[in-house]
Amino acid sequence: MSPPSQARDGAGQATVDVSEELIATLKKKAVTLRKHIIRMTHNAQSGHPGGSMSAADIVTALYFHVLRVDPKNPTWPDRDRFVLSKGHACPVWYAALAERGFFPVDELLTFRKLNSRLQGHPELGTTPGVENAAGAEGQGLSFSVGLALAARMDHKPWRVYCILGDGEQDVGQTWEAAMASSKYGLDNLTAFIDRNGIQQEGRTEDIMPLEPLAEKWEAFNWHVLTIDGHDFRQILAAIEEAHRTRGRPTAVISRTVKGKGVSFMENKIKYHGAATSDEELKLALAELEAQEASIWP
Amino acid sequence: MESQRTYFGRALVELGRRNPNVVVVGADTTESLKSIEFGKAFADRFFQLGIAEPNMISVAAGLAAAGKIPFATTYSVFGSAHTYNIIRQNVAYTNLNVKVFCSHAGLTVGPDGATHQINEDLGLMRGIPRMTVLVPADGPETGKCVAAAAAMKGPVYCRFSRTNVPTITSMEDEFVIGKARVLRDGSDIALIGCGLMVARCLEAAEALKRAGIKARVINLSTVKPLDVATIDRAARETGGIVTAEEHTVVHGIGGAIATAIAANHPVPMAYVGVQDVFGESGEADELLRKYGLTTENIVDAAHGVMKRRARSE
Repeated sequence: MSPPSQARDGAGQATVDVSEELIATLKKKAVTLRKHIIRMTHNAQSGHPGGSMSAADIVTALYFHVLRVDPKNPTWPDRDRFVLSKGHACPVWYAALAERGFFPVDELLTFRKLNSRLQGHPELGTTPGVENAAGAEGQGLSFSVGLALAARMDHKPWRVYCILGDGEQDVGQTWEAAMASSKYGLDNLTAFIDRNGIQQEGRTEDIMPLEPLAEKWEAFNWHVLTIDGHDFRQILAAIEEAHRTRGRPTAVISRTVKGKGVSFMENKIKYHGAATSDEELKLALAELEAQEASIWP
Repeated sequence: MESQRTYFGRALVELGRRNPNVVVVGADTTESLKSIEFGKAFADRFFQLGIAEPNMISVAAGLAAAGKIPFATTYSVFGSAHTYNIIRQNVAYTNLNVKVFCSHAGLTVGPDGATHQINEDLGLMRGIPRMTVLVPADGPETGKCVAAAAAMKGPVYCRFSRTNVPTITSMEDEFVIGKARVLRDGSDIALIGCGLMVARCLEAAEALKRAGIKARVINLSTVKPLDVATIDRAARETGGIVTAEEHTVVHGIGGAIATAIAANHPVPMAYVGVQDVFGESGEADELLRKYGLTTENIVDAAHGVMKRRARSE
């Protein structure tokens, strides 16, 4: 029997026994990524900071603790695959890849500029470490299914991690992929749903109600966990549980805050697709630097 | 008369035997497409994904990203129009090695009617950067498209017919992607066709011969990349072109050829094809007659082109 799903109300979450040092390192790295996101989108005066910041802790946990990838050999065949289905959140991906050493950190400020390797939405084959093209929503989970099937056919241990937006739960193809994943029992596939509750034009529950979301994924025969997507212990515990789960893919519904980390951006619909002003940039960076300084050890 | 789908299924199995990286994904049309034959031979490399073509295309893209050579197989209307932006973003923009092979193209789907008769897929697919677009003329060529598509790297769209078609090529004929084949030489006019219209071009050339007109017939089995050299030579050496396609004339091979020769050596042209309308239920031959896609239509178009040319000389 597979382990029971975590409680859906966020209470009694499992955590993992990891050191304070690791958690502090990840927290610091996540702040670094958020600073990059703010600078990149400010410099471009466009892009999608809100949904990049909501996913920052999950991306940090994956790239700085979980994924087996080689920045010197981005196409190493046995690497784990990270697929960003919500392609508009690519600033967080680019920031993580640069910090992980896939390309120079300096290059981040070319984001959305002419002749840049850092396109406004991810392009496969251009940016070292980018695994999929995304922009039109709802294709990433299907793409992940193809990857996971290939790993299984080749008896390879590498795993596939896909981050979907909650706006993407509107897209029919997401559910086509959900059915295919459970049909083939893809236990090498883990999907994080960045449940920040906001999409381009408003609250997800106003645009197109998604709840009960966990029950939907369960009805599609996924193993479902609901976590606080900003709590590293819960993120790492969910990943461990997904690894232990046999015969079913795991969906991690990650309760997050759009614009997380900058007080005036949090939960603001505006920052789905708007950059900060010069004044806001200073305030945002000051807040993030204060957070960085407060992280122990 | 032979089934292109039978050749397709057989070629997939042969390819699967030669190349363990070949996989097939389907969308509840695999018996009809004969891609089920691959599934019977290689169950672990065959994925039935249900009536979910967008998912099928993206799954194929993921398989390709991990080094597989996926063939995504369904009816043309679903494999091109219903999946257009999936193919654009997940297959072509990514430049992945996905082969979309579709049957049931054009009017000759027949009684199922206009919902299933896609006459717009070639325009959709040839407009996408990096796409290779193939239209085999008969059974043997359909089999060769499978092998040739697998042998090249990059995205391919190939469409063929539900209806049986006359066999006009042989297994021994050379088939090269990007190369149009001159099936019959002639210097008075060029008839350039694709798919089941190539056989009608050959019949039209025979009819024109009886009127003393020597028609060159070209089988344009690669719609993209277009064999501009062969088309340009036909324009220069014959001075007039008739195109014939089971597709709308708005953005099919007629448009592609007109664009190419207008930049090089413009000559009078006529376009035999579907005239910017939807089809309807009916038998394949009835539909080809009603919508102006017969041998006689090609002959008439050739006479028209030659008259226009004579007036301008």
